[in-house]
Amino acid sequence: MSTALTVRDLRIGIGQGINLVADINFSVRAGEVLALVGESGSGKTTIAMALLAHTRAGAVIESGAVLTDGLDILSLSEAELRHVRGNIISLVAQNPAMALNPLRTIGQHLHDVLKAHQPELDVDSRSARIAEVMQDTGLPGDAAFLKRFPHQLSGGQQQRILLGLAFVLRPRVIVLDEPTTALDVSSQARILVTIRTLCQRYGTAAVYVSHDLAVVRQLADHVMVLYAGRIAEIAPRASLFALPRHPYSHGLLEAIPDIALRRAPSPIPGQAVGPAQRGAGCAFAPRCRHADGICQAQAPRLRDVAPDHQAGVHQLACHHTALGLTLSQPQPSLATQQRDQSSLPPVLYLHEVSAHYGKQPVLHGVSLSVSMGECLAIVGQSGSGKTTLAKIMAGLDIAASGRINFNGHELPMRAADRAPAQRHKIQYIFQNPYQALNPRHTVGETLATAARHFFKQDAGDIAQQVNAALHKVALPARVATQYPRELSGGELQRIAIARALICQPSLLICDEITSALDVSVQANILELLQSLQQQGLAIIFVTHNLGVVRAIADRVLVLNHGITVESGLVDALLDQPVQEYTKQLIADSPSLFSDLAA
Amino acid sequence: MESSSKLAGHWSASATQASDSGKRAGLTLALPAWLGWALKRIASSLLGIIVISMLVFAATQVLPSDPARTILGPEATEDAVQVFREKLGLDQPLIKQYWQWISRAAQGDWGHSIDSNMPVTQLIAGRVNNSLALVASVLVLIVPGSLIAGVFLALRRDGWLDRTLVASMIALKAIPSFAIAIGLVMLLATSVFSIFPAVSLLDPNRSAFAQPQFMILPALTLVVATMPYLVRLVRGAMIEVLDAEFITSARLRGLSKRVLIWQYAIPNAVIPAIQAIALTTSVLLGGVLVVEVVFTYPGIGSALNAAVDIRDIPVIQAIVVFLAASVMTVNLIADLATVLLTPRLRTRPGKEAA
Repeated sequence: MSTALTVRDLRIGIGQGINLVADINFSVRAGEVLALVGESGSGKTTIAMALLAHTRAGAVIESGAVLTDGLDILSLSEAELRHVRGNIISLVAQNPAMALNPLRTIGQHLHDVLKAHQPELDVDSRSARIAEVMQDTGLPGDAAFLKRFPHQLSGGQQQRILLGLAFVLRPRVIVLDEPTTALDVSSQARILVTIRTLCQRYGTAAVYVSHDLAVVRQLADHVMVLYAGRIAEIAPRASLFALPRHPYSHGLLEAIPDIALRRAPSPIPGQAVGPAQRGAGCAFAPRCRHADGICQAQAPRLRDVAPDHQAGVHQLACHHTALGLTLSQPQPSLATQQRDQSSLPPVLYLHEVSAHYGKQPVLHGVSLSVSMGECLAIVGQSGSGKTTLAKIMAGLDIAASGRINFNGHELPMRAADRAPAQRHKIQYIFQNPYQALNPRHTVGETLATAARHFFKQDAGDIAQQVNAALHKVALPARVATQYPRELSGGELQRIAIARALICQPSLLICDEITSALDVSVQANILELLQSLQQQGLAIIFVTHNLGVVRAIADRVLVLNHGITVESGLVDALLDQPVQEYTKQLIADSPSLFSDLAA
Repeated sequence: MESSSKLAGHWSASATQASDSGKRAGLTLALPAWLGWALKRIASSLLGIIVISMLVFAATQVLPSDPARTILGPEATEDAVQVFREKLGLDQPLIKQYWQWISRAAQGDWGHSIDSNMPVTQLIAGRVNNSLALVASVLVLIVPGSLIAGVFLALRRDGWLDRTLVASMIALKAIPSFAIAIGLVMLLATSVFSIFPAVSLLDPNRSAFAQPQFMILPALTLVVATMPYLVRLVRGAMIEVLDAEFITSARLRGLSKRVLIWQYAIPNAVIPAIQAIALTTSVLLGGVLVVEVVFTYPGIGSALNAAVDIRDIPVIQAIVVFLAASVMTVNLIADLATVLLTPRLRTRPGKEAA
């Protein structure tokens, strides 16, 4: 098929000679999907937005060309761009709830974009086009549905509307910026199929931005791995997932917890360099096991490593082209090897817990238990009641009935009614570390406040405990004098864990604590949780990611609409699910190893 | 608030999911989803007015003054005052007095002025009209003016004009309204330009609108005192909307600037402005007190001032209850408008606005 999009020498800077991305060259053929992957700060979204000649405030496209059908989008005036955007090249944004005007119905949204680009169409022709695109995106096209406002749709439906808005004019190129991040796995799986189908049907070239390599494997024809604003590797999908050539691509793949893989994912050590700290050498060298003198001295150029182009272009920016990197492979019959700790006396035991929000029931008679040194995963889609369940255990004010037993003692429902000696034993860690720490307190103050709250002791003891807690989460003691804004997301989540540990808990409740983090950082946190678990801590891990469950949990409880669907040992349940719902959830979970239908 | 809105989001999400397969029953019902909320809101406003009337009544009765003594003067004998007190019903229990007062008031009888012995309603009717005329003229100027200026500045954010005007509006906001009034009088009514009358000697037999020369300076004072706040709020709301993801998304779909501004940005910026207009109207109702005194404009503000001076309790009660009821009504209208203009609130039964 013909080339639909070519990007040449794209360079985006923030002034003062600092660039966010540079030396970006790639092309996408009609009907194919190119995935841009990388961690936060890798420049993937910056590149994707530049394809529409758009940058975030402060950034400037300094040079380069974005060509589609011989037209250089970057050379167009603002007025000319208006005719290109949404018409020849269109965008699907990350957060569908934020990307739709709350005051306009979805029908109005669709009419607006048609009116903008094809003003000659009358209402009836527009409505016919809309009916068509609604069918394409798998949505009901009746008048009542089109009269709905964005808030009256589910997240998956909102994302389908964004797809419809992007596809309604049959563009040559469509840019998708993490379009499934806000969705649960089942909606995600269905949306991916829709994207694939539409691109093939209309010969649209797609650029798909994602941090999730497992998702990319379901969708992309080619994958471009970005590191610190440079291309590390471009490869056909099959080559990249079978034989990654760049140590960073390899590291990313090894860092992903996978539903088919019972092992702790291995983190990539260190942190990515910012755009201003890039030195003369390879940007990845400080974190690379294979780095040597030449890597420190000289930045590698992107070169073809499979010149025959039989399977497609494979390019690599690494001085070492023959590292022979191998990936972990799933081993069969894990279920028999798993230790069963549920026979130990439970630390926490929930009996027939139900909860309501107003008149709306959210949990129906859920029972569970977790033992010392055990990790219980609570899995479910959004709205399944999993976070409610976690909050009930923590005693956060929720109207709930049922019984909680903790270390053999009945536990009141509300934390306020619990004795301090009970309270410090159960600690809760939140999803978003950026919001969980007081921005005006140093890390040391945050930790000391938690310690002082439960234990009366002098300042010297507390300082010692702060140091010990930081040591436990593998952070240097100097972090104590820093403020949250000076630290990365992974470090902040470690501090949140340290704050829980300083209270000497016997149960840690983790509510999606890795979902806001990059995969290599997530691997880091999972490793830490496992070491804590081996020291006897019981962990409740709330998540929608079955890969994470496989990686760290001992047992799992599957929730749907507030009802326990199934529970059991992780390996047994994930290998041989009994309930239809669990089977579907497993089938929808993207994996690096599952057989691809396509 | 955070958790309750999240919770409500959860409700509506599950509600839509549940009805995905079939048609939404709620959309075909004749009664709109917000009606229940609106009725509750109106009822609570009425209750609020009753509570305020109680507070006003209690406060004026507890004041260290004796209406009977005030009316009869210092020379009257103690016996005469006592007789007169019984005639006024002042010897009865407070609750009974309140009931008599409020039940008469509900029928439009607010009693007689202690000072002039005229019915209170007759005394303040003209004053109310004059004040409302003043507030209405100010609103007619500042509401469209602020919307236009706020949107205009937001679209030129951080330009020299924007920075200059925002800075001067902050400076203006810092000047108390009586100082603005005096400044305007000095500038436009006395030494510099002698264009408008410095005092507002309205002919009581004609509408205030028929004598605009007397309204200009008081109205101008109120405009200068309240408009900076409203302009800055509209500007802020508009900037927030322009930065919203849905605007960027719509721009990247190739929608024209005209559609983006008029159909996407402004309607979203108007909603927070409604509450600000309500707040400004409440401030204006209070602001007339000061401005009317400065200009001796014959409105309820100057009437209240005079009534307080001579402890004319029935007049004080009527004016304060009127002002409180007006503020309540304005807020009620603003809340209703907010709900009706916000689909998320309009389609959700029984939820509080804002």
